[in-house]
Amino acid sequence: MHDPILAVSGLEAFYGDFRALQGISLEVGENEIVAIIGANGAGKSTFLKCVAGLLANAPGSILFRGEAVGALSADKITARGIALVPEGRRLFSSLSVEENLVIGGQLGRAGRWSLKRIYELFPVLAQRRDLPATSLSGGQQQMVAIGRALMSNPDFIMFDEISLGLAPVVIKDIYAILPAVISEGTSALIVEQDISRALGIADRFICFQEGRVSLAGKPGEHDRAAISAAYFGM
Amino acid sequence: MEWINAIVQGVLLGGLYAMFATGLSLIFGVMRLVNIAHGDLIVLAAYLGLVVLEVTGPLNPLATLALVVPVMALIGYVLQRGIFNFTLGKDILPPLLVSFGLSIILQNSLLEIFTADSRRLTAGALEVASFPMVEGVDIGVLPLMMFLTAMGVIALLQFVFYRTAMGRAFRATSDDPEVARMMGLNNRHVFALAMALSMAVVAVAGIFLAMRTNFDPASGPARLIFGFEAVIIGGLGNLWGTLAGGVVVGVAQTVGAQINPGWQQLAGHVVFLIVLAVRPRGLFPRIL
Amino acid sequence: MTAPTPFEVSQATRTSRVAGVIAIAAVAVLAAAPLWAGRADMRLLSEIFTYLALASLWNLLAGFTGLVSVGQQAFVGFGGYMLFAIATFGGIHPLATVPIAGVLGAAVAVPVGILIFRLSGAYFAIGTWVVAEVFRLVFAQISTLGGGSGSSLPVAVVRSIASGRDLREWFTYWCALVLVIGVLALVYGLLSTRRGLALTAIRDSEVASESLGIDIWRTKFLVYIVSGGATAMIGALIFLQKLRISPDAAFSVNDWTAYVIFITVIGGIGTIEGPIIGTIVFFMLRETLADLGSIYLLILGLVAILIMLKSPRGLWGFVVERFGIELFPVRRRVQVGALQGEGKAPREPG
Ligand SMILES: Nc1ncnc2c1ncn2[C@@H]1O[C@H](COP(=O)(O)OP(=O)(O)OP(=O)(O)O)[C@@H](O)[C@H]1O
Ligand SMILES: [Mg+2]
Repeated sequence: MHDPILAVSGLEAFYGDFRALQGISLEVGENEIVAIIGANGAGKSTFLKCVAGLLANAPGSILFRGEAVGALSADKITARGIALVPEGRRLFSSLSVEENLVIGGQLGRAGRWSLKRIYELFPVLAQRRDLPATSLSGGQQQMVAIGRALMSNPDFIMFDEISLGLAPVVIKDIYAILPAVISEGTSALIVEQDISRALGIADRFICFQEGRVSLAGKPGEHDRAAISAAYFGM
Repeated sequence: MEWINAIVQGVLLGGLYAMFATGLSLIFGVMRLVNIAHGDLIVLAAYLGLVVLEVTGPLNPLATLALVVPVMALIGYVLQRGIFNFTLGKDILPPLLVSFGLSIILQNSLLEIFTADSRRLTAGALEVASFPMVEGVDIGVLPLMMFLTAMGVIALLQFVFYRTAMGRAFRATSDDPEVARMMGLNNRHVFALAMALSMAVVAVAGIFLAMRTNFDPASGPARLIFGFEAVIIGGLGNLWGTLAGGVVVGVAQTVGAQINPGWQQLAGHVVFLIVLAVRPRGLFPRIL
Repeated sequence: MTAPTPFEVSQATRTSRVAGVIAIAAVAVLAAAPLWAGRADMRLLSEIFTYLALASLWNLLAGFTGLVSVGQQAFVGFGGYMLFAIATFGGIHPLATVPIAGVLGAAVAVPVGILIFRLSGAYFAIGTWVVAEVFRLVFAQISTLGGGSGSSLPVAVVRSIASGRDLREWFTYWCALVLVIGVLALVYGLLSTRRGLALTAIRDSEVASESLGIDIWRTKFLVYIVSGGATAMIGALIFLQKLRISPDAAFSVNDWTAYVIFITVIGGIGTIEGPIIGTIVFFMLRETLADLGSIYLLILGLVAILIMLKSPRGLWGFVVERFGIELFPVRRRVQVGALQGEGKAPREPG
């Protein structure tokens, strides 16, 4: 693995006095899909928020394409080509589907994705473009959230529990589309609680436990017991 | 006929109150800020008009809008970035108390500069011009302009809010400032733009106020209250409802005054309290 | 959140016990003021007492319950007018009308509260102002009480307070002293009860206090009524000293709310000590700057804004942070369980 697109070393994050991340180090290579797994409260979302610039962290601990981005504000990070599909989707409820998508492309990075391409990828959204985004079904809302992130034409995209609260068939559909979403030239971090779902799509996985990396490897490299131990702790 | 006239005048007056109200409603909608100094800023705009007229010499007061609107918008932007942005958060105390302090500061500064004398912007022939409708009912040109301007302002705000990139930014930032930040929306700037827009409306309201009645440095709080009543009666977050709310307050006041001159303001407040008692969410609550 | 209730910690600290002794001594000295103070000094002291009481009550509402009122002048004026009405037409001893005004004030706070509690958060503040305006306009319509221009307390009524002028002033002075002590005891007592600690929880976090099983609405409502009644008593006393009342004076937002808010904000909102510090600072400033008239208010407004932005817990909060002193320790206990949500770092020292 040469020249990682994202290199994190010794990342710490705090909520008040509470240390949610206790020194996380990991790398994601070009065109690589990495899954982060871990129990509730392990710090997965916190990690993604740090990378996305939503949580303050030490300037040097996150390198994107070799440049320190830890201290940049969220919009600058988006402009550099990092996008987040946040946990719980967090669509703008008073904006229509189309407005949600348009606002995602507002920073004006050029690239493959446009409103037209998103609608080709998710045809249902085109039919519902003028409806309030939060009036859609959960699965469709997740599509909007993914589309909104794609609109910034990221080189690196992060998904936080996109299966949360969705019916199994819908989850299957969403995951079926992911390879198209993360097509060539894009790297991804996928956070999932559902281990098999995550391992099914990822090149590598990293397990978090209480703010630390407890295990890392390739799917199939570790047996269930090892993963389970890393996941839940002893 | 007197009664019909009172109602007609009240409806037109409601346009002015709606203008007081929309600025208040706008910033509450975007950033949940209730600006207690809103009325004093309206009065400040009136004094700005006065100053402009003193410099330019006799002119139609409406011409001062060309200057007063941008100046007030600028003041709004600076106020938001310099003060109010630092008060926003979960706690409602800081914005309330800071805007209350600002209200007191504005009143007393105006008092120092302009004395307590009441002033007025004279509009010459415009003030008395009217269309006689029927015997005993005249529609004044100025009140009619006021009402139509209010409708225009609301239509414009509605357009900005729902059809422009700026309005989209307002709504998105108010929904989820954190995610909005990722999309390149700096909430400090967005909030300041909303305050600037609110103050632009305040400028228009202030000049009309000054043409319609006498004003003095202590006139602000009553304007805040009339605007506030229009917002609540109309239903939170509904701009056209705000116009209806303004009309209700205006009609209550003119009809009250018709019964007993001392009851003008009281009647407006009482109607407000009645609406609060029977329809606490206002006449036209926004359906989401 | 099912954490064990963190209320058990004892409240007294050494500093607070010392403060208690000093307080008792101070009360004794103040009660003996007729022996050592001139007429003007006693007037000033009475005024200080009334402002301290008003500020403590406003602080109880805003600082502890989160009910920001800019219309407490409604109760001040109402109390004053009740005194005038009852003493003049009811033939009751003027001092005895003070508690009656309190009861009536609390009674009128019930319907008022029911109405304006429908307004949430910040709009509540303006709602209280509307109510105060309604009171002012209504009393301006009552011609037997002097209408818009107001009236003076009839000489016979004034004489009935006490035989001589000195004695009369002493009585009103003692009355003010009793009232301020009563108000401070009330606020302290209320906040020391379980329900009072819950109040602090309301302020710190609605979510947390809901899970503590508190009926927020009822607690807030109760506080509103109690403070309305007490404010009316102070209002009655204020106008007993002034001997003259008019709607504009009785329902003045500057005199009975703006000053009171500034006192509390400067001293430290949400602390019992805050209003005390604030009142001292306020009167010291006033004695030096009073000639400046409207500039004085302007300066107060500026100071209050600066404090709100830079040190939201006021001068007292600053002292606590620096030196870790607390004279009336009722806060901080609840905070342990109430911490919740992002960016809600504890402001109080732990
Ligand atoms: N806003 C916040 N304020 C305070 N603590 C927080 C906040 N957000 C998260 N935490 C705490 O930080 C830790 C990590 O939370 P995080 O949301 O990153 O976990 P997660 O791995 O994403 O869990 P989940 O699978 O439930 O989403 C948890 O202990 C959580 O309670
Ligand atoms: Mg998470």
